[in-house]
Order: sequence, then C-alpha cells, then structure tokens
Amino acid sequence: MQKNIILAGVGGQGILSIAAVIDQAALKEGLEIRQAEVHGMSQRGGAVQSHLRIADHAIYADLIALGTADLILSVEPLEALRYLPWLAPGGRVVTSLDPFVNMPGYPPMEEIVAELGRTDRPVLVHAADIARESGSARASNMVMLGAGAPFTGIAPEKLEAGIEALFASKGRETIDINIRAFRKGLQLSNT
Amino acid sequence: MNRQLLLGAEAVAQGALDAGISGVYAYPGTPSTEITEFIQRSKEARENAVRSSWSTNEKTAYEAALGMSYAGKRSLVCMKHVGLNVAADAFINSAITGVNGGLVLAVADDPSMHSSQNEQDSRVYGRFGMVPVLEPASQQELYDAMFHAFELSEAVRLPVIVRMTTRLAHSRSGVGRREPEAQNPLHAEYAPDRYVLMPHNARRQYQHLLDLQPMLEELSDSSFLNQPVEGSGPLGVIAFGIGYNYTMEARVAHGIDCRVLKIGQYPLPRTQVNELFGACSEVLVVEEGYPVYEELFRGYFGSSKVRGRMDGALPRAGELTTDLVSRALGVEIPDTAAVPEIVVNRPPELCKGCGHRDMFDAINIAMREHQEHHVFSDIGCYTLGALPPYSAINTCVDMGASITMAKGAADAGLRPAVAVLGDSTFAHSGMTGLLDAVNDRAPVTVIIADNDTTAMTGGQCSSASGSKIVDICRGLGVEESHIRVIVPLKQHLQENVAVLGEEFRYDGVSVVIARRECIESAAKKKRRAAATGQ
Repeated sequence: MQKNIILAGVGGQGILSIAAVIDQAALKEGLEIRQAEVHGMSQRGGAVQSHLRIADHAIYADLIALGTADLILSVEPLEALRYLPWLAPGGRVVTSLDPFVNMPGYPPMEEIVAELGRTDRPVLVHAADIARESGSARASNMVMLGAGAPFTGIAPEKLEAGIEALFASKGRETIDINIRAFRKGLQLSNT
Repeated sequence: MNRQLLLGAEAVAQGALDAGISGVYAYPGTPSTEITEFIQRSKEARENAVRSSWSTNEKTAYEAALGMSYAGKRSLVCMKHVGLNVAADAFINSAITGVNGGLVLAVADDPSMHSSQNEQDSRVYGRFGMVPVLEPASQQELYDAMFHAFELSEAVRLPVIVRMTTRLAHSRSGVGRREPEAQNPLHAEYAPDRYVLMPHNARRQYQHLLDLQPMLEELSDSSFLNQPVEGSGPLGVIAFGIGYNYTMEARVAHGIDCRVLKIGQYPLPRTQVNELFGACSEVLVVEEGYPVYEELFRGYFGSSKVRGRMDGALPRAGELTTDLVSRALGVEIPDTAAVPEIVVNRPPELCKGCGHRDMFDAINIAMREHQEHHVFSDIGCYTLGALPPYSAINTCVDMGASITMAKGAADAGLRPAVAVLGDSTFAHSGMTGLLDAVNDRAPVTVIIADNDTTAMTGGQCSSASGSKIVDICRGLGVEESHIRVIVPLKQHLQENVAVLGEEFRYDGVSVVIARRECIESAAKKKRRAAATGQ
C-alpha cells in the first residue's frame, strides 16, 4: 500500500490539523509516513501545501513526484487547481467550494468549477455550510477530511480516533463537533 | 518499536536531549526554529534543567555554546544558514581552539529560498572551518546522528556541524528513540595554550587542525551515514544528504539498477569515493545545495566523467526533486496536467489588523512631502511592506542592515534617510549600527516596529522590546526628545504622521518606536487564557 496525498489551502485554514489526524492514524497502523509542510513567510495568507505520503514499506522522498498523487485534498477551490501537475492518472480531487479571496484577480467561481470538472469525478463540498450544521464553521477542515477519507487508505474509524486525540485538550463539545463534521463529509463521498 | 511523529528539526532536538545536552542556544530562523522550540516545550528538558531560552543573535548563541563546552558539558547551537554568517567569526575560531564538552552546530539551509534571501550551502563553512559535517537523509537518521555528532565532537575535540535542508527540517516521520544518556559533569579545562588564540598558540592549534584531517577522512569511511548501495552499469550516483532520497525514489519508481554511494558525513570518505569512481565510467553528483563536491570532482580543468548541476544534468539552483533526479538518470517523465491559466498567485501578506499596516500607512503619508522616497528595511514580517498595497520599503538585505544602510545613504546626502526594523531585529544587529549613527550625528530616522515578539518565525520571545528599547536607545546616546513612541492604530493616523514628519525633518538621529502587540501573539495569549480558565 502506498498513498500520496497533497493537502492544499491558504495559510491559517487548518490543513496541518488534517495532516496531523492522518499522520497519527497512520502511525498507529504501523505505517511509514513522510509529511512535508511549509513554515515561515509564505504562511501569512499565502498558498500553503503539504505533501503527505503513507506506505507499508520504506519511503525515501519527502516530496511527491509529479503525476503521482492519489489525492488532492483542498480546503479552498482555487488552491486545488494549483497542484494539478502532481495528480496521478485516475487520482481524485476533493475540495471545498468556499473561496478565500485575499488577492486581486481571483477568477469567477464558474471557471474554477469548470476546471475542477475536467478532473476524474471531483468531490466538491460546501464545507462551511456543513461545518455550521455540525456546530461550528471552524470545523470545515474536518468536513474536508471526511470527504477525502475514502481515498486516504486509512479506515474512517482510525481517522476518528485521530480526531479525538487531536482535540482531546479542547473538551468533549469540540471533539463532538469535529467528529460530526467529519462524518457529514464522509457521507458525501460515500453516496 | 514505539515511534513518535517528529519534524526533522524536532528529531534533532530529541536526539540532542537524549544525547545529554545541558543547553541549547539559538536565534529563531526558518527552517531551524522548531529545534529550540521543541526543547523549550520538552518536559524532560525542564526536569533535567536544560538551558533553552532564545539568544540575542547567532553569534552570542554560538559563543555561549562554546563556553558551555569549555566547562565540559554538551551544548547544541542552532541557526538557519544565513545565521551562520553572523556566527562565522566564533565558529571558524572554535575550530582552532577545539572544544571540551561536545559542541554541535545544527544549521538548516533553505535551498529554493522558501523563507530566505539566499540559498548558501553550509557545507562550505564545514570545509572552511575544516570540521566534520554530518548530513543525515531522514528524520530517524537525524535523531541517531545527534548521538554520533556529540561522541565525534568529544573524540576529535572539534565542533561538529549537523546540516539539514528545508525539506527534511520541515517534514514529519515516525522516529524511534534510544535510551537517554546522562549529562556530562562540570569539568572545565585549564588549557590557555588552546583557548588563548594569540598567534603563537593559534599557529600550533591550526597545525593540529590540519594534522587531524586524514583521521577525519578515515572516520568518514567507517561512518554509518556513508553507505554504498549495490548496483550495476556504467553510471553511478554519489548522493549527498537528501539527494539520496530522490535518487532512491527514482531508482525504485523507474527500475534503475545503478550503483549509489550515499554520503552523510564529511570530509568525504576517500576509499568509498575512489571505489565508486573506479567502478563507473560516469558519475552523477546529486547535492541538495551548491555543487560543492561536484566542483571538487571536476577540478579546474574539468572531467568528462562527472555530471550534475554544473553541466545542466541537474539545475544549477534550487532544491532537488525526484523528477529532476529521474530525468538526470535518463528517465523520460511524461507530461502531467498543467496548472490552469486562471490560477493566479497568492502572495503572502500582513495579517488583517496587524499594526505594521497602520505604521506603513503613516510612513507613506509622511513621506509624501519629500522628493526622495527611500526606506531602508530589514528582515521580519514588516518586509511584506515591500508588496502592494504599501510598496513602502526599498531594501531588505541582512539582519540590522536597515540602520547602517540608512546611515551610509545619509552620509552620501540622501534626505530623509529612514530605517524600519522590528524589535527583535534591532536587538539582534541594530544596536551597534545605531551607535555608529549617534557617533557620527548622522541624520537618520530609525523606526522600530515593536510588536513585542519575533513574529515572522512564529512568535518567539524578543530579546528587547517595550521600555527596554527606549532604555537602549537612550543608553546609546539618542537624545531623549528624539525618542518618540507612537501607537500604530487607525485612530492615531494623523498624530503618527505628524510625529514621523517632524523626525524626518530633524537633522540628527531620531528613533520612532511604533509599539503595538502582534495580533497573532495577542490571539494566542487569549486562547491560552481561555483554556486555563476552563
């Protein structure tokens, strides 16, 4: 088993929390992990991405080679498009449809959706709405983790355990909101 | 084996703690910051009284680490690649004195300049100082290499560099730990013949360093970090640091069976290198950084046998990838999807509500009455003031350069000569430049954006902020009436413009402190307070 996942978004949108949940679940499964992330200047409202690789055998490189990503999981629709050169034939794009506009020239949503539509069965998610239904708009990254879960190679229960662990210090209510958000996202991809 | 998930930088920290360090000294800098932060958060470090607060700059950090080593204890000093320029005087001379307790310099290079102003390669400093350099290829190797680094440092009595690059420092993996070692007892050495670098001692010590070199090569030949990988064919690869990872990835993905020599300890293992070059008619040199060893292998007159960054097999600049190495190994990479044309760049920006925004608004307005608009700036979040909508600063070169460049421009006749730098950068390297300006009565206006933290690297404690900065400026001789404090908020815009205007017109040294807490650290404090309140 080997999965190459690109997590994409804008600095501060919580892609590192998504990575942390997958990392912990993979570690518990005894898998090998490499997860490269961006710190420093570009974090301030810039495009951020994380290359996440999990396998049941040795992994050498921290970066994913072009055309070999099984999944692009993005919390922002334009950011999902930025990493298309990495997508493997048959790889899937799972993205939120909530635009984060902090620069001039942000393209119209229809054009973004049209580009996303050229990929193989994209999963497009109104993450913020679903997160609010779950109890907090801040949980939209967990909605996206749920929507991407079937393509990660890790069982949803294991990811839920990872969410429990990540939010353990924040109290039961926060854990429940995030688990609900995760399950609603998961439902979208499973139907 | 029970593994924990660690960034490469954190693996260095955990390895150093388990190897029994008594202290870490560092100034924050991407991608090295997380080493020290990990130690500051570590419960074990606290229990074992490992000293870990931030130093004022990399030079003070390095010297303190050398002092701890002199006293017999193991010390770690961390910085980013450009930080080693600041610490270079101490570093080079510590190779001449040698060390007592193990001294390891962990330096993180940033090829492709993700968060830096150049991509200099710290291995060059290793050759310059003639000390061993370790360059592990994985997080686990980094952890293991810390034990090796401290043992090696004490065995050869030299500082040892552990070099890593962004992709390893900022990538997580599972790391298994070893049994921790106890700290060294205090055993300061009385050895003025080593440590007093007067010429007669320095000459002898330098000769000793030269005499050590053959032994360092032998140690490299038996190091676990240098390993040949069996293979066949006329083309071999000598893969340095994480260049090894991309080489092995390409080898597996494309079924290539070339010989590989993995290099993770310098000076080069002469026997192993000779074997590879003897067995292959062509050798691809894969280095994450400058073509330091490729140039050496080629020699001045060149060698048709050597391939790498200098003949275009690999790009001359920037970090490596599996794709680049695959191509250099002759693999044709099929075209992948292009980035759609509608995808525009998303440059980084100052946070919404950041005080620097209001400061730049005020500076831009105050500048309007002058013909020349040159603002010398520095390294920190406020460097983002170079981008629209502010386009407010005109230089960013090295830590502290804002004040001294403004002074030089003022000496040349430029008016107004304005410098903008942060509180942490002022403490790091601004104070001496301000003294130069005071001594010369140079007409400069120094704006210190005091947000009470080292914000760009994630909010580390600043060595000087608040009233301490006022005291420092006064102590350096800036006139009391020309040390002004403003609060960069929208409602104070007119007042702030007036203060800046007055000081821009003043024919002498003035300091305007734009004091407002970083909104990120304020939010963090609030969250922490809420969490403990529950």
